[in-house]
Formats: sequence, structure tokens, C-alpha cells
Amino acid sequence: MAFNIPEDLLYTRDHEWARVEDNVAAIGITDFAQAQLGDIVYLELPEEGDEIKAGDPIGVVESTKAVSEVFAPLSGTIAEANAPLVDTPEVINEDSFDEGWLVKIELSDTDELKEMMSPAEYKEFCESEAE
Amino acid sequence: MSMNKTPGTTGLVMEEPLLVERSHSGRKSCCLPKLDIEAPDLSEFGDLVRDETEGLPELSEVDLVRHYFRLSQWNYNVESGVYPLGSCTMKHNPKVNEKVCRFAGFTATHPYDPEALVQGNLELLYRLEEALKAVSGFEAITLQPAAGAHGELTAAMMIRAYHVAQGKPRHKVLIPDSAHGTNPATSALAGFSVVEIKTGPEGFLTAEAVADVMDEDTAAVMLTNPNTLGIYEQHIAEIAKIVHDKGGLLYMDGANFNAQMGYMRPGDIDVDAMHFNLHKTFSTPHGGGGPGSGPVGVGKRLVAHLPTPRVVKEGETYRLNYDIPESIGPMRSFYGNFGVNVRALAYMLELGHDGLKAATEMAVLNANYIRARLQDHYKLPYATDTLHECVFSDALQKEHGISNVDISKRLIDFGFHPPTMSFPLIVHGALMIEPTETESKEELDAFCDAFVTMAKEAKENPEIMHSAPHNSFRRRLDETTAARKPVLTWKMLQEDK
Amino acid sequence: MRYIPHSDDEIRSMLEVIGRESVEDLFASIPDSARFKGDLPMDDSKSELEVIRAMETLAGENAPANTLRFLGAGANPHFQPSFVDQMLLRSEFYTAYTPYQPEISQGTLQAIFEYQSMVAALFGVDVANASMYDGATAMAEAALMAIRVGRGKRNKVLMAANIHPEWRQVTRTYMVEHLENLVEIPFDTTTGLIDQAALAAELDNNTACVIAGYPSFFGTVEDLGPIAEMAHNAKALMVAAVAEPAALGFLKTPGSLGADIVVGEGLGFVGGSNYGGPGVGLFACNKKFMRQMPGRLCGATTDAEGKRGFVLTLSTREQHIRRDKATSNICTNQGLMALAFGMTTAWYGSKGFWELARKNHARLTQLKTMLTQAGMSVIFTAPAFNECAVRIKGNAADAVKALADTGIVPGLALGRFYPELGEDALLIAVNEMHTSDDLDRLVAALAKLQ
Repeated sequence: MAFNIPEDLLYTRDHEWARVEDNVAAIGITDFAQAQLGDIVYLELPEEGDEIKAGDPIGVVESTKAVSEVFAPLSGTIAEANAPLVDTPEVINEDSFDEGWLVKIELSDTDELKEMMSPAEYKEFCESEAE
Repeated sequence: MSMNKTPGTTGLVMEEPLLVERSHSGRKSCCLPKLDIEAPDLSEFGDLVRDETEGLPELSEVDLVRHYFRLSQWNYNVESGVYPLGSCTMKHNPKVNEKVCRFAGFTATHPYDPEALVQGNLELLYRLEEALKAVSGFEAITLQPAAGAHGELTAAMMIRAYHVAQGKPRHKVLIPDSAHGTNPATSALAGFSVVEIKTGPEGFLTAEAVADVMDEDTAAVMLTNPNTLGIYEQHIAEIAKIVHDKGGLLYMDGANFNAQMGYMRPGDIDVDAMHFNLHKTFSTPHGGGGPGSGPVGVGKRLVAHLPTPRVVKEGETYRLNYDIPESIGPMRSFYGNFGVNVRALAYMLELGHDGLKAATEMAVLNANYIRARLQDHYKLPYATDTLHECVFSDALQKEHGISNVDISKRLIDFGFHPPTMSFPLIVHGALMIEPTETESKEELDAFCDAFVTMAKEAKENPEIMHSAPHNSFRRRLDETTAARKPVLTWKMLQEDK
Repeated sequence: MRYIPHSDDEIRSMLEVIGRESVEDLFASIPDSARFKGDLPMDDSKSELEVIRAMETLAGENAPANTLRFLGAGANPHFQPSFVDQMLLRSEFYTAYTPYQPEISQGTLQAIFEYQSMVAALFGVDVANASMYDGATAMAEAALMAIRVGRGKRNKVLMAANIHPEWRQVTRTYMVEHLENLVEIPFDTTTGLIDQAALAAELDNNTACVIAGYPSFFGTVEDLGPIAEMAHNAKALMVAAVAEPAALGFLKTPGSLGADIVVGEGLGFVGGSNYGGPGVGLFACNKKFMRQMPGRLCGATTDAEGKRGFVLTLSTREQHIRRDKATSNICTNQGLMALAFGMTTAWYGSKGFWELARKNHARLTQLKTMLTQAGMSVIFTAPAFNECAVRIKGNAADAVKALADTGIVPGLALGRFYPELGEDALLIAVNEMHTSDDLDRLVAALAKLQ
């Protein structure tokens, strides 16, 4: 499987990734997810200041033929939403792990990080999904 | 019959701009009789008056006729050839239906005409209801819904009303993962949450799968029979019992009714409600996306909740009854897509019991013939018997990098409309084929020959499939940009430049 | 069976390829207990001639086609030129399916794009969809859309009581889960217009939208400007409901007066009242709300060779993708009728549409004068477009019954929907096809009543 799975990130079963710096986690969808969706045409992001729990839907990513809800992998407050991305959704296809970040969450419970998958676990998960 | 290898040629097909681009100030088509009185001024409307009707084109009638003629040349349609869209039942649209629905005695009637002046209409509607009851076994029919999805919504509303009347509103609907998108959308619109049931390994639902999730907060189970794989739901009788035992109702999506006529009747197996698609099973034209008509048949449990008004026969007179205390109310203005209902009755009168049964038989024969001819070339996800449609996947072609989209687009070059793509969702890379009974063996053979050729091309010449279609009026269109930067009117188009 | 091509020998050879003995065998998957046995309880098949005769008999049981009708109420017919129906009869238009394969459906798609453009222009807002079932369901869906736009924080819908009664009933049906959120705003019984004080009293920060008719069910024309302002001040959306699009020929567009969403009924432009259907539900709104709009949308794009073309777009709002989170469950629209509406509107064109509106209004003004001279009165003081509520002599429902025998339908007895207006209230509609003789006949017949 030729999907990019950076080593410095954590992953979820809904194909989201998290990059944690200090107490803030940047969130996005993975290379696998963007490939499944196809050309991304639209996205909806939450508002800054929204309080969320892990598992809450916090946005939507749309392609021409599918819609994918984005779920918060971790609890906290939305510190920042990548507003400019709404005008250039194709960036998610081009660079889902960096420029294509969706939101930044100020974490309320860093213990939750333990529930996320490591790159190796995520790789295994993707491979098992493909069968 | 000789079928050109690539009948999808362009011939004399013309380009044609938008009406606004053809528009020329000073041109006029409108010719109304002159007034024999003086037109009053508009001062009574004060500030609300404008000097002209902006934004409409100015064209001569010749311009208009040319314009629409040229546009028509760009459309594949049922009279071009096979139109094998799964669960759409693109059968031949009889010409006599177009003649009779246009009788001035029908078209001049107004929905608020006194009943004495529209006895013909009321009798027509009554007889259509009787015909639909005969073919389905239901207790009663409403002809009001304007389309299948509208019929589904009507049924969902009635189901909701039933449970409220029972004193215990329920909140969930069970829907198989093979269901058409309207099923969950309709349920949500009616205020229900959706619980998905997984289709079993043989392509039909197991009674256990339903029993596992059925409870007393489940208002209904929504099934399609045969389902979207073309497979008869083997366990429907047990499922009906499971659902009814817990006080729930059984709804059937009637999109696949073309496989049932003369062979099974939902009313007889205790289905509580089913919508018909007159524009599918009953030959009324699809019109490029409507108008349809989605009557709903109901069993005893739901009769009280039918929308108002209902057509009633008293002796030899017909009237509209609005006094239905537990009705859900009207689902739309007036009585339904009357013009569509006229066509459907004409069709049912012409075919009669023998013709409708023959239609189902030949629809099932045709679909099985395609299945037999293609099963060695395309992957059949389920070995189970299928009725009037069959679903293949692109799994074998995927090995060469060819997807169901490529197959569909290349089929266009052979002169055929593609089958339904990527549905049902439970089959990855699906190609859902429903030929209907009105296709001849030659047409089916030419259609299958094209598929066999494409299976070969997938291995030997995949590039020709990736770049298809080649001969159509337009090549593959950029749907991504259309969604990223929607341009929905000619005004937006002109502003874009 | 003329629509079934199969000869016996073809059936046999097909069965051989399939590997089954008989057609019956193909139905083996249906268990015997579920199998219908015998013949369906219907008549035998008929020939074409017999079908035509049967349908002629039914049509003949209606009033003759040349019955003189003065009925509007969202189904006022307007003149449709002959070319429209002849074009609609082209198989390429009427037998085609929804244009999901755009490369081979550009005819339907460009026609939808043009229809969208003209509806948006007539209504004075940015975008229109490819049509809904009818004006009533369009209005119900507009209410639901306004609630969606409010993101669940605004749930109340204020609906003027002088809007078409059936449209209001349908909205009630659609909002059955939250009827407490649907509030009717009364109208002033002198003017026929919205009671603005009552509206002000109901507007609050839970209001999702205000819906007003333009014109109203009574044909009265209301300045939507102040209504829209009141709605917007309360941060609610303004929805205009247009039961008679012909009025927009010389009236300012609802959009220009502040409407955010505009819905309407196009039945009058698609070829006769046809007992109420199929018509076409017009639905348009401003760009801001585009992604919350129900229904199909057609957009412009380019193909692989750079040529302009059209595709269905923003499909992710719709049922086949969004499923239970769709903006609506609508699948089939009113395709062919939208095409007819577009053709007819294009035929009228900007000059003709204006002329159409002036002629309708002229006939109404003429009628009002004649009625007043004959001792009857117009009920409402507000200006009206092409229909008005009138106090006639005697019971209106009885009048309608009595005149039916003379080949005239003088209007709609309003007591059925608005008992408070009295039993002598009749809603009379005219259109550009009525002549002075027609009006003479009507007024003479009404004057004779006691």
C-alpha cells in the first residue's frame, strides 16, 4: 500500500491524524482518506471557541461523490480553524498532513492521546480495511 | 438487423449557445391578442412597479425552435437504444399515452372545478387506484405523491402518525445497507433516526440481522423487494413477522415492482405500505428528471392516515372526501401529478392482467440473459438468483487499472447509455443493469457484445477506456471545478469572464 | 404484446443461454407461500383503439373543454405557444432520464441551466434549483431550509394567513414534528395584506423565517420591503411565495425587495391547469444559502477538450450521497415541466412577459369596474394583480353550482378556506386569454343571481 503515513503523528479509525505540540493538537485527514474521497470540493469547519469532546463531529469534507464527517479525536476547545482552506480545498488532496490541516484543538485531557493509534497500528488498520 | 460497431457517432449534431447568448434586442416571439380596451396605468402599485422584465432573453420563435431542436440532439434517450439503469426501469414510453393525456377534456380542467364538472377525472383516478390495488393486493391507494421519494415520505409520515395514534411515538427506522439514498433521507425528513442492517453474505437480509436490532422503539423496517442487487428477499415473511410482533410496520420501496407483477403482491404478504413509481413500472416518461408520480398503497393498519383528499365512489358519482380525521393532511397542493396518472391508467388498461405479467416475465428473462452472457467476463458479487436486474463489479477490470467509471464512459462510444454506477454501495465499483422487458434479443446481444469487447480492451488497450467517451457531443466533464466553484446561472457565467 | 419484442423461439434460445428450462424457473427464488397464483383481478389487455375510446369516454364525462373558467388559485393557465408541446414530444427530451451521464445529456442539462437562470432572474435572487414538485412543497422545503440555516438555534416559521391555503396545509404536514413552531400571521380584513402589528408581536430571536405571498391568495400585492426589513431586523430570513409568476412581469422582484428565498408555482406556464398537475415548484435563493438548498442543481463547467458543458453539481447535498443528512429526500424533480416553463418563459421573453402582466392586470381592472357597476363589490382595498375576492349576490358556493350548468365556472367560493369572509365571497381570476365578451357573460350571470 503506497499511502503516506508520517512517523511523527497519531491516528484514528476514522482516518484522521493529530500532531501535538505543547498542549495543542493540529488535526487533519490522512492521505488514505483523501485518496478515497477523490477531488475535495468543499469543507465545513467548526467555529473557534467551540468546546468539543472526543468523538464529536467537528466538520465535513466533501468530494463530488462523497461526504465525510470529520470527528474530533480528542477533547478540548477549537483554538483555530484553517479558514483559508475553505477557498482552496484541493490543498487537502495535495498535502493532507501539513498545509491541509483542518483545526487546532487546545487539549483538555492529554491522557486521551493514549487511545490513538501509532503509525504502525494505523498502517495495519488500513491494510485490514482494504480486504 | 445491422448494428454498427460504434453506433455512437455524432452525425449532424450542432453546437448551440445559451438563450441569453442568442438573444438580440428587438426580437420577439410573444404574440398575444391585442386588448380591445385601454390598459390602465399601474399607479395603484406605487413603488412596486418596474419598467421592464429584466433578465429574460429576446428571441424570435424561429430562434427558439432551432435552439431547443439542437439541444435535443445532444440527449441519449430511450428511443436511442438500451438504457439499462438499475432500478430505474427505462422501458418504452407508449405513444398512445401521450395522445390521451393531452385530450382537452382533461387538460382544461382546473383543480377547483366543481365536482360535477370533473366526474371523468375523478372516475379516472378511482379506476387507477383500483388497478394499482389489483396488481399489488393493497387495501387502499393514494395518488397524491409527485414522485417515488415523495411517496416514501408520505408513507413515513403515515407510519409516524400510526405510532402516535397508538399512543407511543417511535423514533427509529431500520434500513438495509443496500438501500437507495432516498430511504434514509426520507426517514430523517420524517423525524426518524436510521439504523442500518447489513445485507447477508448471499445478498439478502437474514431474519437474525433484523431480529438483532428490532425493538419497540423501531417504527418500521424499509425494504426493497427484490432488493437493489436484483435478489428476492428470501426472509421477507419472517422479517414481516418479527417486525409486526414488536408492533412495528413494514414498508416496501416499490422501485423494483417491475419484477413482481403477477408473481407476488406486497399486500398479500402483510406489507403495510409501498410506494409505486409510475414513471418506472408503469411506463410514464422520465422527462429528463420528472415529472414522476409516486402513489402509495397501504394495508389495513395505515388506511386511516392516508393524505386528504381521497376519491370516493357513491353509487355512480365520484367525489373528493376531505373528512379523514386521522389523515396526515395533504402532501402537496391539489391531487397529484394528474397528467402522469392519466398515462399510467392508459398503460394499465392496455396491458391488462396478461400484459403486466408478461412484462415482468420478459424483464426477468432479459436481465438473466445479460447476466448469463456477461458472468464470465465481469465479477458477479453474489451467486444468488437475480430477477429483473443484476449487479456486476469492476473487480476483474480493476486488475488492469480500469474502473466502473471507465467501463461506463467507454460504453458510450458503443452507442449505449451506461448502467447505474457505484450503486448499491455494498458492491465496490458496481455496475447495476436493468434492461426492462421492452428490449429485444438483438439489442441485448449488441449491448452484451460491447461489454465483452470492453473486457478485452481492459486488458489490451486500457488507455482507450480511460480517455472515453470519444464520440459523444462532449467528452468527460470536469465535475470537480463545477463543485468547487459553482456557476449556476448565465449571469454568474458572464460575471466569471 | 406490442411493447414486448420476444418471439417464442427467441425466448427458447435465451433460456438455453441462461441454462433454465422455462421462464417460470427464473422465479424459483420466490417461495411458493409468497407466490401470487392465478390471474391478477384486472381486465384483459386491450387494443390501442379500445384504450383511446376508454379515455375519450372519461374525458367526455368532464365539462366541455370550452367551459368558461375564472379560476386562478395557483393554477391560473396562461397562453402556451404550440411549439412548446411539440418540442416536449421530442423523445430526446421526454424519454431521457436524469442527466447523471452528462456527456450524453447536454440537451437536458443546458435546458436546466437556462431554466435556473430565468427563474433566478424573474425572482431577483442569485440562484435557482432545477425545480421541486410544486409551489406548496417548495414552500414547505423553504421553511425547513430556513431552520437549517439557523443551525438549530432558530426554529420558528411565521407564515402569512393570506398565502394559498393548500400551501400552508402542506407546510403543516411537513412540519408535523414541530407544529408549535409554525405560526400563522393574520391579514387585515380591509386591505387583504399582512397584519404587520401581529407580525411584529411574533418576531423574536427564535424566528427562522417569515413567509409572505407575492401576490397573496387573494391576488393582493403587498410591498415586501417593510416585511423583509422586519424579518431581517430580527435576524430571520425573508421567504416570498409566488403563486402567480405572471405578476413579476411589471412588479419588482421579490429579491429586490429583500427576499432571501423565493418559491413559486409554474403550473400556469406548462400547458393548461391539467387538474392541478404536473406543475413545477420554483425554488430560488441568494448565493449565501446555496449549499442549504434542496433539489438538483446544474452548473457550467468544461470538458476534456476545453469546451463548455453542464453537469449536475453540489450533489453532496442530495439523497444519493448525503443519505440521512441530505438537505431533502427529493430525487425526481419536475424535469419536463421545468423545460416547458423555460421554453414558455423564453417565448414570452422580457418584452412579452411585461405585456402578459399588463394584459392580465387590464382584464382584472375591467372586471372590477363591471362588477362594481353591477352592484357587487371588491372585498379588499389593496391593489390586486389578476384575481380578486368579490362579494357577490347570494351564496357563492350555490352560485358556482348553478352556473356550472351554463358552462361557466365563475370562481372559487372562499367560504371553503376562509369562512370568516362570509358565504358571499368569491375569488375570481382572469388571464390574458379572456375577452371582453367572456367578462360580459360572467358579470351578466352573476348579476342575475339573488
